Amino acid sequence: MGHFTEEDKATITSLWGKVNVEDAGGETLGRLLVVYPWTQRFFDSFGNLSSASAVMGNPKVKAHGKKVLTSLGDAIKNLDDLKGTFAQLSELHCDKLHVDPENFRLLGNVLVTVLAIHFGKEFTPEVQASWQKMVAGVASALSSRYH
Amino acid sequence: MSLTKTERTIIVSMWAKICTQADTIGTETLERLFLSYPQTKTYFPHFDLHPGSAQLRAHGSKVVAAVGDAAKNIDNIGAALTKLSELHAYVLRVDPVNFKLLSHCLLVTLAARFPADFTAEAHAAWDKFLSVVSSVLTEKYR
Repeated sequence: MGHFTEEDKATITSLWGKVNVEDAGGETLGRLLVVYPWTQRFFDSFGNLSSASAVMGNPKVKAHGKKVLTSLGDAIKNLDDLKGTFAQLSELHCDKLHVDPENFRLLGNVLVTVLAIHFGKEFTPEVQASWQKMVAGVASALSSRYH
Repeated sequence: MSLTKTERTIIVSMWAKICTQADTIGTETLERLFLSYPQTKTYFPHFDLHPGSAQLRAHGSKVVAAVGDAAKNIDNIGAALTKLSELHAYVLRVDPVNFKLLSHCLLVTLAARFPADFTAEAHAAWDKFLSVVSSVLTEKYR
């Protein structure tokens, strides 16, 4: 797993402080389901996912997206121990949810794209690099208890 | 995997906007690639990769021009990129995993510069389009 410099941590934390977790969560999960439709396999109970607008407007998608990003926000406070922070969630994703870890990488990259849309020029190549480390670290931590 | 009519329309109409900033988009894409995925620099030991370097700018232009060729020939990307496909297979031999990394960095560059245009639908269309381009470029690898 990657090492976060003090600069990475400052970059990640300060950007996150400006994110509306509810909006970004719905946007991120929604886009995952639209851009990579096979990821819908985990969400049979979510109702209408039949078009991009249906997905992006779906209240269950928004609610679940918020849940996911809230958890990510907790991780940002513990960047030096992502494995510990996500240990239980890792077991859950393996044993109960049966989610292929590749999906964590896909979601991470969608989040990076959503941040780029939201922050534009401010989302410089340097800022992106810190965030790629972040999402890679989360994906790695979430798959660390897989067996 | 082939692009629907709607997807082609999205790509072509966005390309008309994008091509006015093609060079800077190319440079920015490569900067993002080398910073986020330092291992990709291994393909450029002969380049000066500092931001603002002439080589970076020239190469960024080349890359985006090729994406533009694909967009302008979106009904037959295979034919448009035959030479490039051969180049990548026989000369450059860039590991296929890197096409995903470059595609992602181009997407992020477009998202940052054209946020209003980069709807979920446009995002999906671009991701798919770049995936098709990547497939064409690796189809002669073996």
